[in-house]
Amino acid sequence: MTQCAEPNLYDYWPYEDRPKIVWPEGKKLAFWIAPNIEYYEFQPPHNDKRQPWPRGNPDITGFSQRDYGNRVGHLRLMELLDRYNLRGSVSLNIALLDHHPEIIEDCVKRNWEFFSHGIYNTRYSYGMDEAQERAVLKDCIESVEKATGQRIRGYLAPALTHTENTIDLIADNDFWYSCDLFQDDQPQPLKTKTGNLVSLPYSLEVNDVITYGSLSQSPSRYADVLKRHFDQLLLEGEKSGTVMCIPLHAYLVSQPHRIRPFEEALKHITAHSDDVWFATGAEIAGYFRENYWDQAIADIDRRGLSTGGTGFTG
Amino acid sequence: MTPEYLTYEKRAYGNDHDRYDWSYSKLRAPVRPEGVADVTAFIVVPLEFFPLNPSGKPFKHPGAMVTPYPDLRHFSTRDYGNRVGIYRILEALEAEGLKAVIPMNGEVLSRCAPLVERIKAGGHEIAAHGVSTDHIHYDGLSKEEESAYIEKTLELFGAVGITPTTWMSPARNESYNTPDLLTRAGFKVCLDWEMDQVPVAMKTETGPLTCLPNHGELNDFNLMHTKRQSEDEWREQILESAAFLASEAKTTGARVFGFTLTPYISGLPFRVRALREILAGLKEKGGVEVKTASQIASAWGDTI
Repeated sequence: MTQCAEPNLYDYWPYEDRPKIVWPEGKKLAFWIAPNIEYYEFQPPHNDKRQPWPRGNPDITGFSQRDYGNRVGHLRLMELLDRYNLRGSVSLNIALLDHHPEIIEDCVKRNWEFFSHGIYNTRYSYGMDEAQERAVLKDCIESVEKATGQRIRGYLAPALTHTENTIDLIADNDFWYSCDLFQDDQPQPLKTKTGNLVSLPYSLEVNDVITYGSLSQSPSRYADVLKRHFDQLLLEGEKSGTVMCIPLHAYLVSQPHRIRPFEEALKHITAHSDDVWFATGAEIAGYFRENYWDQAIADIDRRGLSTGGTGFTG
Repeated sequence: MTPEYLTYEKRAYGNDHDRYDWSYSKLRAPVRPEGVADVTAFIVVPLEFFPLNPSGKPFKHPGAMVTPYPDLRHFSTRDYGNRVGIYRILEALEAEGLKAVIPMNGEVLSRCAPLVERIKAGGHEIAAHGVSTDHIHYDGLSKEEESAYIEKTLELFGAVGITPTTWMSPARNESYNTPDLLTRAGFKVCLDWEMDQVPVAMKTETGPLTCLPNHGELNDFNLMHTKRQSEDEWREQILESAAFLASEAKTTGARVFGFTLTPYISGLPFRVRALREILAGLKEKGGVEVKTASQIASAWGDTI
């Protein structure tokens, strides 16, 4: 298969001199929080492109740490977010609806939003044909609808694994936002064959997996990183509204040595409620689609930066 | 992609394995076994033998040789732990009157005989830690091969008059059969899993195996070697775990957590002050007690 040098999913759009975004009630920063609620299989099937468990099956320390997240961790995080009146937008491995419905009930009770994070975090999208990927999306939409009554509008590919079709297919299934692309701190329309799909900032670099995994930082350092990230985006939000997400994993952030330092960051962020819109993924993406979609496209056109075409079509 | 990859045979209520049942912490009545503190910490001090010529199967054990053969640098830095570092840890524990659970590779027993005697006399719990770091239990072993590893371990312990009932696998790695083979060999407690904040009874062919939450995220090797954090950051995280769990225990019931002191990591001179501060700090936290693995298992008894 020919591989493209350029995904062509969005046009280059300089941060400077963009038309202004103002969030509801004049807010400068749209803040959302995305707990990943995941199921990693004990005995996942083989995939040629990626080995699910670094140590091979079974990887009991890896598995049981994630299970700790499900048994103990999500609850700690939910109770913490309750205290700050924050609603989560759940990045959901859809099979968890079947495995652990008790966790889902607790999210529904809190009026949290769900978006799709694939079926399992141990089933990768690589190598799926279009029909297979459509079937997975149908499963995701229908399963969440059946269990919660909610129509999901967001997508983050399982374990961040994609095909060339993924972004087009979610747009075609009337999803409003994708968390799969990390090119910006503001939303941007994606170039899909159909639909109106927004690339919503997911702030991957302040994801707890990055902080605690890739960067190996301490809990107090994570709180500091989150505060600095927030302060800068709030400052820039004066000029034009920005977005900050905190993507979380209970098996990491809800460890007993990490949850209270994380609370320090929430205290700081929620103390700025005059300037911050505390929202969910679909609320931010929906507002952008309604109010700023055309403005963004017009600005890219005006600057002569529109290259035409859609994803992977050159 | 093959159609099998998109079928999900175990997509149903509960876990996708039958080692232990799914249990959402919120739905359990708070458990406070008699005589058990709000928070019980257990301290795991592994004594490991790192051969100069590891096979690396199925992966390199954390701490195993790094440079081309003969890697005398890593052989001797690991050996430092069993010669020097461990004595600093034992002294620090004794200064606070604390007992640890000390998993030993069978091959350590004859190599470090005076140390084993010292630990026995000190009243710590001696646990089995497989044959050596080059005997990792994994799915690629036949049941017979893996049984032989466990028998060999028990034989080495038997030769020095010890019958351990707590087990920690080399690299905390297991095959699908390990829990069955462990209970068949007489083990009662296992330090490989970390799925909860309380002891969990695992189902095996010959009765339950108690799993205690041994937090990988608090492991000194992980924090100070892999993640390159400072000893002060390490201390803060251990003490914060104790403090947070003590505050949580009021509503959740008693909590248990474990962390590891690796002799060639925590036993280095520049880390010992932080180690002493951790051990003293644990004692200062209200409601926190330090127990050995088998003490915890028997104190929790039927409530597990």
